[in-house]
Amino acid sequence: VSGSTRALTREAVWEALAEVPDPEIPVVSVVDLGLVHTVELDGERLRVELLPTFVGCPALELIRASVAERLAGMAPVVEVEMTFAVPWTSDRITAEGRRKLRESGFAPPGPAASGAARPLFATIGMRPTASCPWCGSADTTLENLFGPTLCRTVFWCNRCRQPFEQFKAI
Amino acid sequence: MSAQVLEAPSRSALAGLLLAMADDEFVLGYWDSEWTGIAPVLEEDVAFASLAQDEIGHAQALYQLLADLEGGDPDELAYGRAPEGYRHARLLDHPRTDWAFSVARRFLYDTADAARLDALAASAYQPLAGVVAKMRREEAYHLLHMHAWVERLANGGQEPRARLVAAMERLWPDALCVLDGIEGDELLAEAGVLAEPMAAVRRRWLAGLAPELARLGLPGPPAARAGACRGPGRSDDFRWLWEQFTMVRRSEPEAVW
Repeated sequence: VSGSTRALTREAVWEALAEVPDPEIPVVSVVDLGLVHTVELDGERLRVELLPTFVGCPALELIRASVAERLAGMAPVVEVEMTFAVPWTSDRITAEGRRKLRESGFAPPGPAASGAARPLFATIGMRPTASCPWCGSADTTLENLFGPTLCRTVFWCNRCRQPFEQFKAI
Repeated sequence: MSAQVLEAPSRSALAGLLLAMADDEFVLGYWDSEWTGIAPVLEEDVAFASLAQDEIGHAQALYQLLADLEGGDPDELAYGRAPEGYRHARLLDHPRTDWAFSVARRFLYDTADAARLDALAASAYQPLAGVVAKMRREEAYHLLHMHAWVERLANGGQEPRARLVAAMERLWPDALCVLDGIEGDELLAEAGVLAEPMAAVRRRWLAGLAPELARLGLPGPPAARAGACRGPGRSDDFRWLWEQFTMVRRSEPEAVW
């Protein structure tokens, strides 16, 4: 009986969350992307709040369901919800997440904080920049602000002559 | 601030604001999606599909806020009304027309929407402030993109420039409606839901836009708009779009998705 009564720890929950891949870029987990806002463990109730990367991301329900499925059974009551309590920003992607993105050919996003504080109109002349994840060159050209999913931008590397995608700084 | 703190008139004004913003984003998203497959270049197919997806996502979040405030079902709000029940700005009653027209419409809308989102960034109504914080980060990309296109067409030779100028002249009176037609906006400003009344947001928008229009030699706003800004009278073009985006739901209203 002693084994089954062992208390669930927050560490065990975070370890389980780290096993849940992002459905669109499966090399990174929901923890790598910084999607986990809170983990609350209160007696029999485990509650996890997740932050949506993009408001209209079609994978949100899939992510929520995947997390709920992975945590099911870890506590008698498991709740997984999305929240807009704080905005998810690409600055939340962990160092480990950035390494994994780069290794799979995605340029990690640059700093995102600039857009939040000043008037939106003041951002109008900004252009994203990226270093090539293949050869490291900064000699790259923005091809399209919008890529195959909402969170990606398309670049061209002028040195190794390869297209690549960047996770949007947002 | 929670909804309970708001006095009844402010609460009703908040509901009106949420519906107007949600309908703006929703209808624009459907017009954007009309370009999928037929945009001038492949990159624009992808870009406009992304823009459409963002806007419909924003609408979904705003309809949800309205449902949380007033009760009801977000899908019913989005798809269950007659055309006269929508409260989007008259700017969005126009069809996509040609590329310059869609670019001009989006640029005018995105810049006006940016001024509106700035005025809501520190909203005392927390649920709205949370969604707006997220929307602002996404809308920055829309602004960049449409600004790049306006610049390209304005400096792109005789025909692109002529088409862009004609579109802006036609759209300006209706563009003023994006920051108008919200009843009780002064109450919302007093309650801290909105930083300032819509007339002040509109002035800030026009002041921000003026140097850019002057730089590119593009037409500015007329002295006044004409007519009602947010319905109930609607164009045949919007009725056609409504037929399109409600088609599946009307064919099987009881279906569970």
